[in-house]
Amino acid sequence: MLSQVEGSRAVADAVAACRPGVVCAYPITPQTHIVEAIGAKVKSGQLPDCEFINVESEFAAMSVAIGASATGVRAYTATASQGLLFMIEAVYNAAGLGLPIVMTLANRAIGAPINIWNDHSDAMAVRDAGWIQLFASTNQEAADLHVQAFRLAEELSLPVMVCMDGFVLTHAVEEIDVPTQAEVDAFLPPYKPRQVLDPAEPVSIGAMVGPEAFEEVRYLLHARALQALDLVPEIGREFAAAFGRTGAGLVQPYRTDDAEIIVVAMGSVLGTIAEVVDELRLQGMSVGSLGITTFRPFPAAAVRDALQGARSAVVVEKALSIGFGGVLATDVAMALTAHPVPVTTVVAGLGGRPITEASLERMLVEAEAGTLAPLTFLDLDRSLVDAELARMSANRRSGPVAENVLRRLMRTN
Amino acid sequence: MFQVRFHGRGGQGVVTAAELLSVAAFLDGRHAQAFPSFGSERTGAPVVAFCRISDSTIRTRAPIDAPDAVVVGDVTLINRVDLLAGLSPEAYLLINSSRGIAEVNMDEVPRRALTMPASELARTHLGRPLPSAALLGGLAALTGEVSLDAVESAVRQRFSGTVAEGNAAAAGAGYELVATLVREVGFGAVTG
Repeated sequence: MLSQVEGSRAVADAVAACRPGVVCAYPITPQTHIVEAIGAKVKSGQLPDCEFINVESEFAAMSVAIGASATGVRAYTATASQGLLFMIEAVYNAAGLGLPIVMTLANRAIGAPINIWNDHSDAMAVRDAGWIQLFASTNQEAADLHVQAFRLAEELSLPVMVCMDGFVLTHAVEEIDVPTQAEVDAFLPPYKPRQVLDPAEPVSIGAMVGPEAFEEVRYLLHARALQALDLVPEIGREFAAAFGRTGAGLVQPYRTDDAEIIVVAMGSVLGTIAEVVDELRLQGMSVGSLGITTFRPFPAAAVRDALQGARSAVVVEKALSIGFGGVLATDVAMALTAHPVPVTTVVAGLGGRPITEASLERMLVEAEAGTLAPLTFLDLDRSLVDAELARMSANRRSGPVAENVLRRLMRTN
Repeated sequence: MFQVRFHGRGGQGVVTAAELLSVAAFLDGRHAQAFPSFGSERTGAPVVAFCRISDSTIRTRAPIDAPDAVVVGDVTLINRVDLLAGLSPEAYLLINSSRGIAEVNMDEVPRRALTMPASELARTHLGRPLPSAALLGGLAALTGEVSLDAVESAVRQRFSGTVAEGNAAAAGAGYELVATLVREVGFGAVTG
């Protein structure tokens, strides 16, 4: 039913409709509203046969999810930022063991400096952990992706992370067609585990594997993850048929067919980019955009198909590989090795810096003119950076960078 | 697209006001998007929240930099926070104050600025000085972007019992009051 609700609330309702057996979570901004709402449903009896476990840390949250999943229970948790880092050992284990846990990642920057705002640094930090990573561009997608995530996870016996932009999506109130219990029940069958800790048929899970077979076991994980490239669109088509709206996919092309410049991005910024694409099209620029929904496994063929006719690809990403540049851009460039299309990296929106239509338009005008630097930092305050660089070269004991920058910013404002 | 920025202090219901406006617009059959300014909010600290209203799907996620209306829930923010940032000459400014617009000591008063005693209306109808519902009623009268019916329904969806009825009554009183003011000042949507 269409209603005007907070993104977090819609995700909580969608997850609850998936009838998880165990929800274990530790609160961290900006995912707190989601687990808070699920906890309230458990307490009030709206979510029967579900145990909500208040764990003592994120490491415990993922560890409990692993235990629950291994005993054949549908398990869910949510986290963000430093919370994800704190559970990272267990995050790798969940994937390595092949346990179909679903986790919401309310994307947020990673410190230092301390920052609670949105970017994709947290998701990138676990990019190689073996989880399937889906990125929602709207709250409708965020709610819907969770329902599809359980199907995907359980069919592949792999964990799925649904990434949604912290605050920008989690705290936005907008119209969302929240999946109903009846719809979800018809779409998502009860969990049938591939492996289960069962006293009646004892097995052990989590063997030590030496050099004789480690590569093979990891290869099998990789091969299984790649199956998602077929399965995501398949489940997405079934979802569309059942729910009457677009389901999950690998990529989302927008006005790319004849586009000379294609902007590639993930998450909620795609909405802003679509506005910019329409505006620049009116001004005569041949531009389109390509949203990446499935980031891991990376849909190289779909990206290549969408970009190979373009004159250039501009990857706008809310992440920075320190000492190199783009993360998504690197994957995009690899996908294009056989059809060389120049790839420009635009790092934008770090730590919650707003990505405005005006800045995107200016950047794309430069891209069309061929003057955009191969690695561009959108709206970087060059004078602030230069002043600190000068200070550092003038003084051996120049002091803490973040404090110096903030002090200068306060003086100039 | 009609864009509103709400200013207030933590604990006064600023974020709730933006959310309620979006629900009211939704109930009127329009598209709306409400979001807070994201930060580590503390009780009493300046808070900003936003709402977009449109007849078509809202895709942008950028912050609102050129609002069509600014609602100020706390008069102590005047000249301390840049309340007029990005405000066009045609934009509305609605301030919660029992004094007139000339008496709130703004350095610069935009043309379409009004004050309304929202906290007093709330105290009368709700028993607590939480001005959001009264301000939303006033905003409905001033801009015509949402109906009073929808504001009242949004309030009743969000709250229950006497709190819902008190807020709905405050919204109605705010609407009536601003509708009267609008006839006097010669700007605003509700003129009939």
